[in-house]
Amino acid sequence: MAWGDEWVSLRKDGIHDPRGPAVRVLQEPEVALSKLTPDTAGNMVRWVQSLEKGEINPRANLRPDTKIRLYESDVLLNLKGGMPIVRFPHRQHTLWLDCTNCHDHLFKAEAGATKFSMLKILEGEQCGVCHGAVSFPLTECFRCHSVARPGDGKPRPSLPIAIPAGAVPPK
Amino acid sequence: MIGRPPWQRWFAILLAFAAIVAFDTDDARAEYGDVVINNYSDAAGMRPAIFPHWFHRVRFRCKVCHADLGFKFKAGGNEINMVKIIDGQFCGACHNGELAWSVENCNLCHSAKPGTPTQVHESTIQKLAPAALQKK
Repeated sequence: MAWGDEWVSLRKDGIHDPRGPAVRVLQEPEVALSKLTPDTAGNMVRWVQSLEKGEINPRANLRPDTKIRLYESDVLLNLKGGMPIVRFPHRQHTLWLDCTNCHDHLFKAEAGATKFSMLKILEGEQCGVCHGAVSFPLTECFRCHSVARPGDGKPRPSLPIAIPAGAVPPK
Repeated sequence: MIGRPPWQRWFAILLAFAAIVAFDTDDARAEYGDVVINNYSDAAGMRPAIFPHWFHRVRFRCKVCHADLGFKFKAGGNEINMVKIIDGQFCGACHNGELAWSVENCNLCHSAKPGTPTQVHESTIQKLAPAALQKK
């Protein structure tokens, strides 16, 4: 909505046909999402926190024989760039996803073997397959770029995407 | 407005602001991650289908559909049709009248405005650079 209201009703969301029967039957986003841990972007829900706190309990499998795999190691990425280092936590990702969702067609299962590009990510490839579409959006730079480089001072606060040139003094 | 007393100027500004608020009808905003699938719907005289990620991820983890059921991470990229759904594939793994409503409830999924194109709504690229998205 124009004023950043949290959840728009289905009949006003621009995609549901307000003349159809579904808008009278389907659950409104506000009904489900307003009870969960709030966020400032995307669905306005901290999905991982909501899952960890038990506010939601989404099923991990339909078939009883599906193996549920949780992997907990962190990977540091963007070691040579100008932005803070990216800490990729496998744990939060494998709470939702299976290894095969990313490996090896999106990322090789070896740290440093995949060349990342923010342009590709913004175009919906690599991390951008989900981030920017369903998981927290790409305007939240410092949620991924979260580890300060040595000598970089305090970790930066979460900022909107446009940082004007010259706003950050050169080191 | 030059030369008028300041209160009058402020009143005019306030009035203009109020008018923008009152008549700003550009409040359409699908929920983040809502997918519209219109591969065949328009041509078949059905409303396009809407898949709300937010509703489904409250109940199922991503991997249930994207690993076990084989949904690709691509809006409209899954070649879904009603025969496959009735056969228990894709949406039909749950929308079978047992876990979730069955295919008789056509209008609950096929609920988009006619002519809405296949896309993920409210994506970052759609919001920041819609022109770049059209080129793709």
